[in-house]
Amino acid sequence: MTRGEHAPLDAEAVRGDFPILSRTVRDGRPLVYLDSGATSQKPRQVLDAERGFYERHNAAVHRGAHQLAEEATDAYEAARSTIASFVGADAGEVVFTKNATEGVNLVAYAMGNAATADEPYRRFSVGPGDEVVVTEMEHHANLVPWQELCRRTGATLRWFGLTEDGRLDLSDMEDLVNERTKLVALTHQSNVLGTVNPVREVTARAHEVGALVLLDAAQSVPHMPVDVRELGCDFLVFSGHKMLGPNGIGVLYGRAELLAAMPPFITGGAMIGVVHMDHSTWAEPPQRFEAGVPMAPQAVGLAAACDYLSAVGMDRVAEHEHRLTEYAVKLLGGIDGVRIVGPTDTVDRGGAVSFTVEGIHPHDLGQVLDDEGVEVRVGHHCAWPLHRRYQVQATTRASFYLYNTLADVEALAGAVRTAQRFFGTAEAR
Amino acid sequence: MRLDAMYQEIILDHYRNPHNKGLREPFEGEAHHINPTCGDEVTLRVHLAPGSGEGGAAKVADVSYDSMGCSISQASASVMTDLLIGRTVEEGLEMLDAFNELMHSKGQGEPDEDVLEDAVAFAGVSKYPARIKCALLAWMAWKDATVQSLGSDPRAGGDGPEGVS
Repeated sequence: MTRGEHAPLDAEAVRGDFPILSRTVRDGRPLVYLDSGATSQKPRQVLDAERGFYERHNAAVHRGAHQLAEEATDAYEAARSTIASFVGADAGEVVFTKNATEGVNLVAYAMGNAATADEPYRRFSVGPGDEVVVTEMEHHANLVPWQELCRRTGATLRWFGLTEDGRLDLSDMEDLVNERTKLVALTHQSNVLGTVNPVREVTARAHEVGALVLLDAAQSVPHMPVDVRELGCDFLVFSGHKMLGPNGIGVLYGRAELLAAMPPFITGGAMIGVVHMDHSTWAEPPQRFEAGVPMAPQAVGLAAACDYLSAVGMDRVAEHEHRLTEYAVKLLGGIDGVRIVGPTDTVDRGGAVSFTVEGIHPHDLGQVLDDEGVEVRVGHHCAWPLHRRYQVQATTRASFYLYNTLADVEALAGAVRTAQRFFGTAEAR
Repeated sequence: MRLDAMYQEIILDHYRNPHNKGLREPFEGEAHHINPTCGDEVTLRVHLAPGSGEGGAAKVADVSYDSMGCSISQASASVMTDLLIGRTVEEGLEMLDAFNELMHSKGQGEPDEDVLEDAVAFAGVSKYPARIKCALLAWMAWKDATVQSLGSDPRAGGDGPEGVS
């Protein structure tokens, strides 16, 4: 199949795989779920895969020599391969974490630990004079760990600003990313603005000065084709639960040679080479970064989610969400008093649409939407500095996925008008 | 609709025309509270007056505030100031307890209108766990600012901070 020739995604057919989407909320209203940016719903195929593991193969992986342990380990490692190829990585470059947040922390703490690690693991150490660069649109998960790393090590935190229309301001990139820069951490797709960042451009500059790039892909891997080699990033993190997979599992991708040179973050069982009473050595990656009995059933569930998305086709998922986003920007943008915070064109823009409604606080708007069965996120969406940048205290965010329909977007716009009538802020039309 | 039960007219009235809003002097205690989930915030000042009657119970002479937030948090602050100004600290703390209990009643509370007066209008909020913090924001700030006020000026009466915690 070539791009443009395939049939568009059939959201109605997809919806049949998601049991929760047929339930009602708040006195019998059909559920209009527009909060996939926070967490996605799960198809039966994923639930079945996780249940199947528990019912047939459950054992602690990478431990024990009995048959169940073998089967569980095989299932876990097969899941790693599936998930790795979903983002164009090798299996050995995929570390399972609790979620994307833990993936960022893993790298930040490994860098912090590098200064006091044995000689082979000192490559990533940072200290006074070194700089870490982030952006003003980061989710707290890709901001606070770097603030903390800088605080602990004496390194300096710097950041890209944003333009009025919700894009990354690259005008001072030459100055910002320089010979002192150790790492640039940025989001691939903003969880608030929907903006898809020019990763290749930033990566090219970072590599020019010898800095590493960590990409927060929690909002991109679920929604568009992502290939780590094509992007050229050094690290990439994402969460399973935002991409039809189970909770409690996330992924850190790291280039093989980087993972090999990194000291561990969490230590304990299964991540060791040899243990003595007074010291230990480390296992090779990815095991070095997976202390304790890992989340095998969730890995199996996440692999099933990757298979599900691959079968639909990530191109088609992205195209479908693009249609929904276009429609949402048009319908919401056409309502008096609505201000979209983020790009109002749909170039390099994903399916998170955040907005304010004049005279109605997002909490109150969310309450009315909820009463209509429309479930959105209200607040600062773990991106407080971004909200401050656009001088809004909070926003309402609708975020789409492959199971949403144009009718969902209409329900959203209708509910916003209902809220305006309820609070008397716009003429009832 | 459920909405009408939550957004009582009295709440919307206070939201549109808040009472006692704006920071004023004098004050002995000031508290700044933020709801970290939504960023709503309130800065609240308390001015206490020494009691004159038997036992010398401190009185709430003034409560002033500046705030940003949703209708529930704004209206709750406004209603609260109406209730508290002119009462003794002890009476205020009793109201706070009653209001707190109402907010955690999951929609099952039967508020005592004699104690809570207009604040009974917030009973519907208790059905929505995500909104309880909105309604309590100003009350908690008042409690903190009052503790400060009592600590800063023992002549205001009361037992000091230990007595109200």
